[in-house]
Amino acid sequence: MTTTIDPPELVGADGPEEIQPEGGADHGHGHDAHHEHAEHGPSGILKWLTSTDHKVIGKSYMITSLVLFFIAGIMALVIRTQLADPNGSLVSFQTYNELFTMHGSLMLYLFAGPFAFGGLANYVVPLQVGAPDMAYPRLNALSYWLYLSGSCVMMAGFLVAGGAASYGWVAYAPLSDAINSPGAGADLWLMALGLTGFSAIFTGVNLIATIFYLRAPGMTMFRVPIFSWEMLVTGVLILIAFPVLFAAVVLLFCDRHFGTHIFTVQGGGVPVLWQNLFWFFGHPEVYILALPYFGIVAEIIPTFSRKPLFGYKGMVFATMAIAALSTGVWAHHMFTTGVVLLPFFSLLSYLIAVPTGIKFFNWIGSMWGGQLSFQTPMLFCIGFLLAFLMGGVTGVLLASPPVDFMTHDTYFVVAHFHQVLMGTAVFAGFAGFYFWYPKMFGRMLNDKLGKLHFWLLFIGFWVTFMPQYIVGLDGMPRRIASYLASNGWTSLNVISTVGAWIIASSFLVFLVNLVHSYMKPVAAGDNPWDGQSLEWFTSSPPPHHNYTHLPPIRSERAAWDYNHPEHRSEHKFGTMVPPDHSEPAMAEATTSGGAS
Amino acid sequence: MLLTGCNAYPSYGASKGVTSQGQDTFKLWSGMMTTGIIIGGAVGLVILYAIFRYRRRSDAIPRQFNENFWLEILYTGIPIVIVGVLFYFTVLTENNVDATVPVGATTSAGKPVVDVNVTAFQWGWIFNYPHQGIGVAGEGLAGPGNHGPQMVVPTGSTIQITLTSNDVIHGFYLRDFNFSRYALPGVTNYFDFNVTHTGTYNGQCTQICGLYHSEMLFTVKAVTPAQFQAWVSSEKAKGVHLIRFGTPSTSKAPAGTSNQPSIPNPPKA
Repeated sequence: MTTTIDPPELVGADGPEEIQPEGGADHGHGHDAHHEHAEHGPSGILKWLTSTDHKVIGKSYMITSLVLFFIAGIMALVIRTQLADPNGSLVSFQTYNELFTMHGSLMLYLFAGPFAFGGLANYVVPLQVGAPDMAYPRLNALSYWLYLSGSCVMMAGFLVAGGAASYGWVAYAPLSDAINSPGAGADLWLMALGLTGFSAIFTGVNLIATIFYLRAPGMTMFRVPIFSWEMLVTGVLILIAFPVLFAAVVLLFCDRHFGTHIFTVQGGGVPVLWQNLFWFFGHPEVYILALPYFGIVAEIIPTFSRKPLFGYKGMVFATMAIAALSTGVWAHHMFTTGVVLLPFFSLLSYLIAVPTGIKFFNWIGSMWGGQLSFQTPMLFCIGFLLAFLMGGVTGVLLASPPVDFMTHDTYFVVAHFHQVLMGTAVFAGFAGFYFWYPKMFGRMLNDKLGKLHFWLLFIGFWVTFMPQYIVGLDGMPRRIASYLASNGWTSLNVISTVGAWIIASSFLVFLVNLVHSYMKPVAAGDNPWDGQSLEWFTSSPPPHHNYTHLPPIRSERAAWDYNHPEHRSEHKFGTMVPPDHSEPAMAEATTSGGAS
Repeated sequence: MLLTGCNAYPSYGASKGVTSQGQDTFKLWSGMMTTGIIIGGAVGLVILYAIFRYRRRSDAIPRQFNENFWLEILYTGIPIVIVGVLFYFTVLTENNVDATVPVGATTSAGKPVVDVNVTAFQWGWIFNYPHQGIGVAGEGLAGPGNHGPQMVVPTGSTIQITLTSNDVIHGFYLRDFNFSRYALPGVTNYFDFNVTHTGTYNGQCTQICGLYHSEMLFTVKAVTPAQFQAWVSSEKAKGVHLIRFGTPSTSKAPAGTSNQPSIPNPPKA
């Protein structure tokens, strides 16, 4: 096997802290093992277009997904403004249907997932495991270009006759067939899912290979930082879920263009098959969108509490349990079809609450007895905890088929999944962005503006979604462009719309913060938060291949152990105390105080 | 708002149900909400306590404790018991809500069964009464009180709904029945309800079904058995008969529908 990656250079030229691994452990397959670490190749725009560096690709992913996030957010504002008036006439019914379809599609397929596994994870995982790059850098670049082209293809739906796809982000057959959705926008939507689906699969492969095979010497699996663990499990889920989505998309495309009748009754097909295939992808997808963000929170809360993650191994096993269960709960989206086995899917859905609860107790346990500081990343994590708690409790209710019967496809469910997904992808996602921004750019984001962003978002979030629970229980269905004034839903909808505009204002503050950071940079230093995992050991931003030297890795908190040798975790279930003598010959560092 | 009684069960904004099945669902909902508020509230308070109690007061590094085996067993075990209990009550309720008399039966425990065959289409509803030989059809905004076609049912009887769709998937949803079920093309779904309170209840399609999804309304009017018989007689006297798709029930046909895949109405200006 050959690889194009430079091997990590573990020998530093200065200071006593470096370790010298014998033979570079399992990294030694590079054939050009000794060339310089200067960055080669073009600079400027050409660098962004041609780079295979995970840090550049990660940033490209983040910028692209944030742009799509803002576009989808503007669509949400139009939707909310339409609904503030019962006879909303801001947009036509057709446009409204296109908007909620594309809002969901952009947020779920093009923002929440790619921002996490293409953006943050792409940047952070190689740093956290001490790798010089992703395992397959060119595949990584291909991922990004597939993602970008897929996103453009999906957006192009607005330019074709008939408009963009308008059947909801779940594209239930037969509404999505050629008779009911004849426009080219629907085809573009399907092709976009194919392109971005492969982009996700390639990134999943890359994450798994990187975490399994490119870990730094000393980093056993149970010393991998928790965010990378979550990304490993996310990668596995991607490989389980996305091929099924691709298969379903191909089948639907055949129905639309090649005269097959897989999902249409007229030719003997079964419409509900689409729902089974889609949700077999769709529910693991929910956790593909959640696990990375759980990992972010599990990095940030201990850092700002100055404590270890409470139950690191418990967290790892809970993540695996969530992943395993998530492949067996898809039909809880289909309780009201009347053609699924209710008790089975209900029980498994309930059981997911257990490992999710373990995560909650771990986050709280990490704060317990700590020294909490509430800088912007931590505030966003607190926002996540409260939002996800509310979304989680209502999620347990929805695991009950009778309760699902009474709330299915109403705004109750809309409020539930927005609280879950905004809790994760937005609160935890921006927590991660604020947290790792200094590492990525070597400069800080302004904390005051960050806090203003948080408070506006936090207030707007509750003002937007709490009324939706109530109006849903009062019978308002989702995806309707208008309603009767006599239904009495108007005032709650107006409140919800006001909340949406508050959320929008919070992101203006965020943009101001970015500009501020660009115009008036404040140097971050290598480790502004007293971070714990390995990435805080290298410089900000990291050098071309990430590390010039590495600290001894004796726990998941390599940087913390190095900077605070007197304050290591008390319990490590045998991996930390006593030292693991099964390590290969490796010079122990003489840690003599906090460097870096 | 609609019902008296059941005061032991706070509604939390939901309907208390006007069918025996809906009332069962409501009780489950109420119990689960109470449980959820207690547990979610407790967890939320613990989070807030930790935030205020452990604010950074000095630069001292706190004790680096982690991993407590028995505590971790405890916070795994207790949630398993809680969801076990919730699942038990869920199954009990679900069995009641989903119970149907044998399909096509005419009596149930001595009470008459009223069959209503419901067909959803883009964008309206057909309600056929096979035993009475009458049918109602209409598009969403074209019916009584501007709330779509009206299904009339008697209280005190088991109503068996036979639900299907003529085109895409629709959602048959009645807020005050605490119930919804998909109308699937090519599949027939059966469910029963026993209406306990007379009144007119709004229903609506909940599953996105195309351009006029928002306007796919209907109502269910629950009347006494005597009023129901009178209604059936008057409909028959008007010459109303069962509706086959594409054939008008009376002079007023569901516009824009046929056996062919439906052609969307021209978009609104």
